[in-house]
Amino acid sequence: MTAVSPAQTGSGTGAVRTAPRGLRALTRHFHRYWQLWVMAAPAIAFVAVFAYIPMYGLQLAFKEFDFSAGITGGDWVGLKYFKQFFESAQFWTLMRNTVVISVTTLVVGFIAPIALALLVNQVVGRRRKKFLQTATYLPHFISIVVIVGMLQVFLSPTSGLITRFVELFGVTGTNFLGSSSAFVPVYVISEVWQHCGWNSIIYLAALASVDTQLYEAARIDGSGRFTIIRHIDVPALIPTMVVLLILNMGNVLNTGFEKIFLMQNPLNLGVSEVIATYVYKIGILSNQFSYGTAIGLFNTLINFAFLVAANQIAKRVANTSLW
Amino acid sequence: MKPTTQRRTSLRNRTPGDLAFTIGVAVTCVLILFLTLYPIYFVMIASISDPTMVSTGRVWFLPQGISTFGYEQILDDSRIWTGYRNTIIYTVVGTAVNLLVTLPAAYALSRREFRPRRVLMFVFAFTMFFNGGLIPLYLLLRDLSLLDNWLVFILPTAVNVYNLIIARAFFENSLPEELYEAATLDGSNYFQFFLKMALPLSMAIISVIGLYYLVQHWNDFFTGLVFVRDYDKQPLQIVLRDILISNQAFSGGAGGSGGSGGGSYAQQYADQIKYGVIVVSTLPIIVLYPFMQRYFEKGVMIGSVKG
Repeated sequence: MTAVSPAQTGSGTGAVRTAPRGLRALTRHFHRYWQLWVMAAPAIAFVAVFAYIPMYGLQLAFKEFDFSAGITGGDWVGLKYFKQFFESAQFWTLMRNTVVISVTTLVVGFIAPIALALLVNQVVGRRRKKFLQTATYLPHFISIVVIVGMLQVFLSPTSGLITRFVELFGVTGTNFLGSSSAFVPVYVISEVWQHCGWNSIIYLAALASVDTQLYEAARIDGSGRFTIIRHIDVPALIPTMVVLLILNMGNVLNTGFEKIFLMQNPLNLGVSEVIATYVYKIGILSNQFSYGTAIGLFNTLINFAFLVAANQIAKRVANTSLW
Repeated sequence: MKPTTQRRTSLRNRTPGDLAFTIGVAVTCVLILFLTLYPIYFVMIASISDPTMVSTGRVWFLPQGISTFGYEQILDDSRIWTGYRNTIIYTVVGTAVNLLVTLPAAYALSRREFRPRRVLMFVFAFTMFFNGGLIPLYLLLRDLSLLDNWLVFILPTAVNVYNLIIARAFFENSLPEELYEAATLDGSNYFQFFLKMALPLSMAIISVIGLYYLVQHWNDFFTGLVFVRDYDKQPLQIVLRDILISNQAFSGGAGGSGGSGGGSYAQQYADQIKYGVIVVSTLPIIVLYPFMQRYFEKGVMIGSVKG
């Protein structure tokens, strides 16, 4: 807005003259667009307060928490809390659990919707297709608490539906909820059950825009149905896949806090304690605010780095990127 | 509908291999449908069946020995209804605030002649990828005395950037520029144009993001867990957690499963209450779902235009 032309910056008077000029441009801008500013103002204010002030509060990770100073913290302690975290006994367990859960979810949760979209796309008949889609989207809207509640009743070692079902095949004495080896599969499978349908919408949209003449041509060439899927449908999905993959990369260390927290019990804590739940317990439940902030910041930074890296790679390799 | 017929022929079975493929597709689809819907259906029938029949595995496809014990217990439990009331208030007020904040901002950011919009979009979008984390937010809310305050369910989540982007994309792509020019000639300003032209033409997007926000509030568990201690202010999801997952006892004495007495009487009844609670809390969404579904889908489509 304060456009300073090179000719004017040279002389002292020029600098004086540019100030009112920039001001005039600014006045004109506000005169013309003040209504748009008014419309955007509430949203800007909410984001400033509830997103940017907490970012400003990240300095707490490098400071000693001081009750009176609040979000800006007290004495500077540098990397003390990061060191404390890296050297703590939990560090590697937390990292391993977080990475295992998030990467498994990422991979399975990435592939399943693509497979579902390719399958649904093969269904002939608009009504049938629509019904299948509607049904598979439904679980997406069930709350996490209810999902975990359903897992608990279905997997209950004495009366659970699924426990009884596996008993039909002679597998007895399984305790899905209390075993550490079952935690990740149960988490990931229920995640796919809930979100696979919903996440396939975007791929179905991409498939709907495939030129039907391509199919016709492939048929004339004598291609089978699998060949058509491999050489027409899958390539049509690649741009969408790349974008979603980048977005997912920004979440490598983000695990669904609520669901994991709700699924935790003393028996599975060894594999179910992740960074997000640990931050909650350290920060909120035991009031170690600076330590909690440091762990949270570490988590955010790793995610952000992965996102930026994925975006750069995609830019080079696939010519698609978020920015 | 030429494309459809073409598609039909391209999918027609011409070889035995094709036929096998079609059968494979059909079988897989039926299996997926079953896996998706059966758990939900089972919860419904189990909630009205005799608990003993359920726990001994005699209920599979039809309710057995109708019992309304679970629902009677739920009706008598004040926690659920307090939670229900709170959730309805938070959902209605929250969604209204969401729309009042999001829609005008999305419109302003959709105006191409509004130069600062690029910077502003960046300011908004950046928060999707980077944030201050839980503890600074908690301390901020404490300083604003929003902890244990019902407004904590409304204010921090007033703008969802994803919804803002969807709404902006919609305004940008579906309001013809000529319309705006004509309105300007008639002397209408941005406010008037937004209220009289843009909003009435955008019912689709208002429904989409309104419903997104609605579901978000209805299912919000995190806010209550982290920021609210006062039980009278807790939303339904927290009450659900206590009943479904923490196995808290019901007023009638049933419900608290000691864990040890596995197939015991108390356990069976606890399970029936759980099934009932799931139905009671999820029913509004399931009933609304068929009507909302086409809007949700539309939202994903609009959103995918601008990643």
